[in-house]
Amino acid sequence: MNKILIVGATSAIAEQTARRFAERGDALFLVARNADKLAPVADDLKVRGAADVVSYTMDADAVDQHGAMLDAADNALGGIDTVLIAYGTLPDQAACAADPRIAMQAWHTNATSVIALVTDIANRMEQRGSGLIAVISSVAGDRGRASNYVYGSAKAGLNAFLDGLRHRLHGSSVQVLTIRPGLVDTPMTAGMDKGPLFAQPEKVGSDIFKAINKRSAVVYTPGIWRWIMTIIRCVPRAVFHRTKL
Amino acid sequence: MKDNVYPSWGRFPASRPASAVRPASVSALPTADTDRSTELRLAYGNGRSYGDSGLNNGGQLIDMRGLDRFIAFDPATGILECEPGVLIADVLELAVSQGWFIPVSPGTQYVTLGGALANDIHGKNHHGAGTFGCHVLDFDLLRSDGTLHVCSRNENSHWFAATVGGLGLTGFITRVRIALKRIEGPFMDVDTHRFDSLDEFFELSAASSDTYEYTVAWVDCSARGTNLGRGWFMRANHRPALGQLRDPGPRRSPTFPATPPFSLMNSVTLRPLNTLYFHRKRRRRFRRAQHYQPYFYPLDGIQHWNKAYGPKGFLQYQCVVPPTEAQASITELLERIAAAGAGSFLSVLKVFGDRPSPGLMSFPRPGATLALDFPNRGSETLKLLDQLDSVVMAAGGAVYPAKDARMSPEAFRQYFPNWARFSEYVDPGLSSSFWRRVQGNQGNSS
Repeated sequence: MNKILIVGATSAIAEQTARRFAERGDALFLVARNADKLAPVADDLKVRGAADVVSYTMDADAVDQHGAMLDAADNALGGIDTVLIAYGTLPDQAACAADPRIAMQAWHTNATSVIALVTDIANRMEQRGSGLIAVISSVAGDRGRASNYVYGSAKAGLNAFLDGLRHRLHGSSVQVLTIRPGLVDTPMTAGMDKGPLFAQPEKVGSDIFKAINKRSAVVYTPGIWRWIMTIIRCVPRAVFHRTKL
Repeated sequence: MKDNVYPSWGRFPASRPASAVRPASVSALPTADTDRSTELRLAYGNGRSYGDSGLNNGGQLIDMRGLDRFIAFDPATGILECEPGVLIADVLELAVSQGWFIPVSPGTQYVTLGGALANDIHGKNHHGAGTFGCHVLDFDLLRSDGTLHVCSRNENSHWFAATVGGLGLTGFITRVRIALKRIEGPFMDVDTHRFDSLDEFFELSAASSDTYEYTVAWVDCSARGTNLGRGWFMRANHRPALGQLRDPGPRRSPTFPATPPFSLMNSVTLRPLNTLYFHRKRRRRFRRAQHYQPYFYPLDGIQHWNKAYGPKGFLQYQCVVPPTEAQASITELLERIAAAGAGSFLSVLKVFGDRPSPGLMSFPRPGATLALDFPNRGSETLKLLDQLDSVVMAAGGAVYPAKDARMSPEAFRQYFPNWARFSEYVDPGLSSSFWRRVQGNQGNSS
């Protein structure tokens, strides 16, 4: 039985991943902003076979509350083996471009607060001598694009942070997994037109579950995004600027 | 909205909702308080209804598959409570290993429980277990005015009766509680008999109904003359604990790769396919132990098999005729189908039991039921189905709305004499292509 902390447990991708954990009989500590949305998710995971499900309400933007939440998770689970960080927002790029406060808020939620939380978790795990930290980033961090560069740059900052943290922890038994989903059909992308590249959250959740079990370093999900982003990174700037990406 | 993002299983008629939303939680379902648009709505489950009862051309579809959470399951009593978008497949994955089974199952496990309730579905065990609604303990019904009714046989019983088999028109079903049935393992004892006539079919059916929980027959719909009404009768029981075999684990099912430009089921392939299947075994009877998956869901072995009927799709026709008329009516129906060279390979015959269906609008009633697919050949097909309707109407039978895309308002009213009483329960904020059609107004909802 694994002891798993999930922050952002009501996100569609987190929920699908958590179902795999529950079916395996893991113990889960679920953190979300909205207790009413979290309750049905927790009930479902109990029915699916989770050894234990504990719910905790916290807004991850409130960095000063991270410590108390981690203490509570530690106490409830009796130590944490695996953390999945799944919260985030997809800000409106036009609004971010017009108002620096909105851009900074998007950065706070998608990068700064995650960096604060992961730093705390990494130190605790390093002290204990083991653990795995899986963080949902995005393919959007692979190259800045006009259509969503505030979100993309926050994820790029996060990616570099996780790369560095992985480097620092090399040789310890603490693993860092960067998850880079492509387009996923979730409430976060509800406003977008769904083309054939959109993946279902079930598929993404199952890829994350496998990557955690394999203790991978970086996973693109679905896998085709590794190749798509390789191409996008290689397009010369002069050509790239003529696209609408 | 692109065409056929939310198709029906028969892929006929083509339909386009003005909009579609996929709520992630029950609290996100639109009601008058949260959404002031006047568009008529319809809950869409997993798209396994064949005709237009799950379509809402020009209106709004509410995709219920995001509401797929279990709420509670007690492995001691087998009582399961869940959101309406949970699939029968999800229930089986949870429950079979704990010794429980879905009490009533259709021929596919990819239907939602909300859809199972709204269509008051039936299965091969109808002669003993009745319909799905017979096993529903209670459910929540959210009306578009924002009120929530808890419905059971005792509480809001009139809403219970209107909603079971009510085609999703009485409100959103937001929670379902059902009683599962005990099993000792995942395997079935299956006993298969050949029959050469409808007489033999009815004899086998009568002789099997007390001792076999599940009975169904495949019938050769291309056979004529002395071969008319021949087929294979399959009867089965859940296998006891002692006879259990090793569970083969989850099956990998291939997906039908693409829609061929024409129906693979056509006048050239119809007879050879049926004849070959009829003669597939030399023995007249064989028994075997079979895992519940291939036994209950042979067609689920190929995902999206409905594409085999080509771009025009197909129509399914399922009727029931009363016991006294059964033999004569089924004979006449098969004669007309064979004479037309229509029909397909997937023709199913079963005798329903007399356990009353709990819904005002439930389709199952005592008698014999025949279900067949027809590749869509336009007016030729529609004309044949109208002829079949005249046989069923003369016999005092009914046609199944979940499979229908074309019955006339007159036929509907005769088949479902409770329709006027039912219409008083229809939510003014909801509608479907089917409902508008059988009421006689063809246009869009707007």
